[in-house]
Amino acid sequence: MTTATKPQQATRRLTYVQAMNEVLAQEMERDPTVIVMGEDVAGGAGRKQFDEAWGGPFKLTQGLYKKFGPERVRDTPIAEAGFIGAGVGAAATGLRPVVDLMFVGFIGVCADQIFNNAAKMHYMFGGKVKLPLTIFTATGAGVGSAAQHSETLYALFAHIPGLKCVAPSNPYNAKGLMAAAIRDDDPVIVFNHKLLMGGVGGGQHVPKEPYTIPIGKANVAREGTDVTLVGISYTTYNCLQAADELARQGYSAEVIDLLSVSPMDDEAILNSVRKTKKIVIVDEDYPRCSVASDISALVAEEAFDVLDAPPKRLMAPHASVPYSPVLEDLFIPSKEKIVEAALGVLQ
Amino acid sequence: MATTTVRGTIAKQKLIWMYETMVLIRRFEEQARREQDSGRLRGTHSAIGQEAVPVGICAHLRDDDFVLGNHRSHHHCIAKGVDVNEMMAELLGKVTGTNRGKGGTMHIADMNKGMLGANGVVGSNIPVATGVGLSARVRKTDQVSVVFFGDGAAQQGSLHESLNLAAIWKLPVLFVCENNRYAESTPFEYSVAGGSVANRAAGYGIPGVTVDGQSVLDMYEVGGEAVRRARAGEGPTLIEAQTYRYFGHYGADNPLGYRTKEEQEFYMAKDCIARMRKHLVENKFATEAELSGIDKKCTDAIVAATKFGVDSPFPKLDELTTDVYIKYP
Repeated sequence: MTTATKPQQATRRLTYVQAMNEVLAQEMERDPTVIVMGEDVAGGAGRKQFDEAWGGPFKLTQGLYKKFGPERVRDTPIAEAGFIGAGVGAAATGLRPVVDLMFVGFIGVCADQIFNNAAKMHYMFGGKVKLPLTIFTATGAGVGSAAQHSETLYALFAHIPGLKCVAPSNPYNAKGLMAAAIRDDDPVIVFNHKLLMGGVGGGQHVPKEPYTIPIGKANVAREGTDVTLVGISYTTYNCLQAADELARQGYSAEVIDLLSVSPMDDEAILNSVRKTKKIVIVDEDYPRCSVASDISALVAEEAFDVLDAPPKRLMAPHASVPYSPVLEDLFIPSKEKIVEAALGVLQ
Repeated sequence: MATTTVRGTIAKQKLIWMYETMVLIRRFEEQARREQDSGRLRGTHSAIGQEAVPVGICAHLRDDDFVLGNHRSHHHCIAKGVDVNEMMAELLGKVTGTNRGKGGTMHIADMNKGMLGANGVVGSNIPVATGVGLSARVRKTDQVSVVFFGDGAAQQGSLHESLNLAAIWKLPVLFVCENNRYAESTPFEYSVAGGSVANRAAGYGIPGVTVDGQSVLDMYEVGGEAVRRARAGEGPTLIEAQTYRYFGHYGADNPLGYRTKEEQEFYMAKDCIARMRKHLVENKFATEAELSGIDKKCTDAIVAATKFGVDSPFPKLDELTTDVYIKYP
């Protein structure tokens, strides 16, 4: 499946937010046990004249309250440990909750519920409970929100056995991965990058019919022969831009869109590297103990003999996300930096 | 507090069940301590002294109601009907255990009996229990969710978040604080502002009840009203059961390092099993001989459970990495 070849059909262009909004409504329609809860998912809860007040800061949940009512679409108090924990309990007892952790940095106040309960209950109960819980959360720098609202933190979640983690890169795979997450019987974290939700990458053909994209599989977003670029969520967009530039300079870059941070599609990465013999891993997360480091280690251990250059990680610095636009621009692995890093391993 | 009117209506069969269940818990916990001393078991949190709390509440519950516990939860499990053979096997790390040997003493769970898990992180199960109440409500059942936690956990923010959520959504949840007076070694008087957990209920606009947790009949009465409220859709109740942990926090630690012998004797003189036994005999629900027969039956059950556990096999080694996910892509 190569999503990059699909957008131009253009019969039905949806933005990232529209695609997510559509899949939430479709899954709620399909399965009465799906509920949505989080801060401001409806907005103005309990006030009839304002029941379409907001739909969350990114509008992902707009319209759901009107369509499905207050039992299944629940505004919560600002109590992440309380309502994410409630999602765990509801998931263990017959519901399929979809819970909004508004920004991933808020993991700081609810990590116990995700790491100690959601992730571990299936294992520590000897497989005797299932936890079909989906948590979606906003990630990423680029909109001037500074250190606590701009992280990606993939590695933090991917580190914990029992959690599945997916990071869509465009409207098409956002819809398919979200559907897969909701239908999955394990807890799944869905990372939605703020720049993608803000419209970067533009609209894209998204089929109306429900579909899923398998969790645990990467996508070859662009085929190439000279160097492998691995992107995660928004950095896939930058990798594709960089690949265009590299093509102008005479190099054929293959772009692997990781899609699933955990479990990770080791084979897709290794197959690509065996072909190109060079790899640049582009990850917006902090560099220490990161997914990019993990991929670098994977390639070094499993494909060392075919490599023409050491695996290259292109990442954010080991620093919090800065506010000032000149500093924030430096934080993000840009198209220009990807081109430079690719040329570094190519030459 | 309890009235004789309500007590008088409890069926004999229920009274005997409560006595027998408390004795079964105590025999189980005594055996767990012996297993610990022998080295076959690597330490547990003893619930001896606190048996009446879950027994009085669980007497009102069905198999499809849910109980969530904490690190000290053997009594919750037995009160909810979890099989003692499987529990002992779990403590010994055997594949026949409730959790196939993968959870141990702090994580015993049995979905068929509505035991949604003990939990090793203090205060961690309180939000989960709230979600179980939410689930019952959204699925339109009259199931009830009960979470037991200690006076230590009552100082966690998770309790505040959960009481608020359960109150605004009127969820069928019983928040049962088992106040055994010590968070590990830290006394209740030191760590609880205002001197009461139950009084905090007022801030959420829900009932808060303080009850003698060493009286199973008092627990039964308070639990009955809270469960009735929950099933009727009237919302949550916060119960503070005042009880006492006879032994140390964990394993073989000696509580006399932080509390007096006189204090221990004061609470042990109000032992929940001894009082219930006296009540049954004085009110002619059972003779001493009948109760001794029950005691013997419980002892035999634990002997059998221990044999079952010891004789059971350990998990196969490939179980190390099974159950991480339900469906691994």
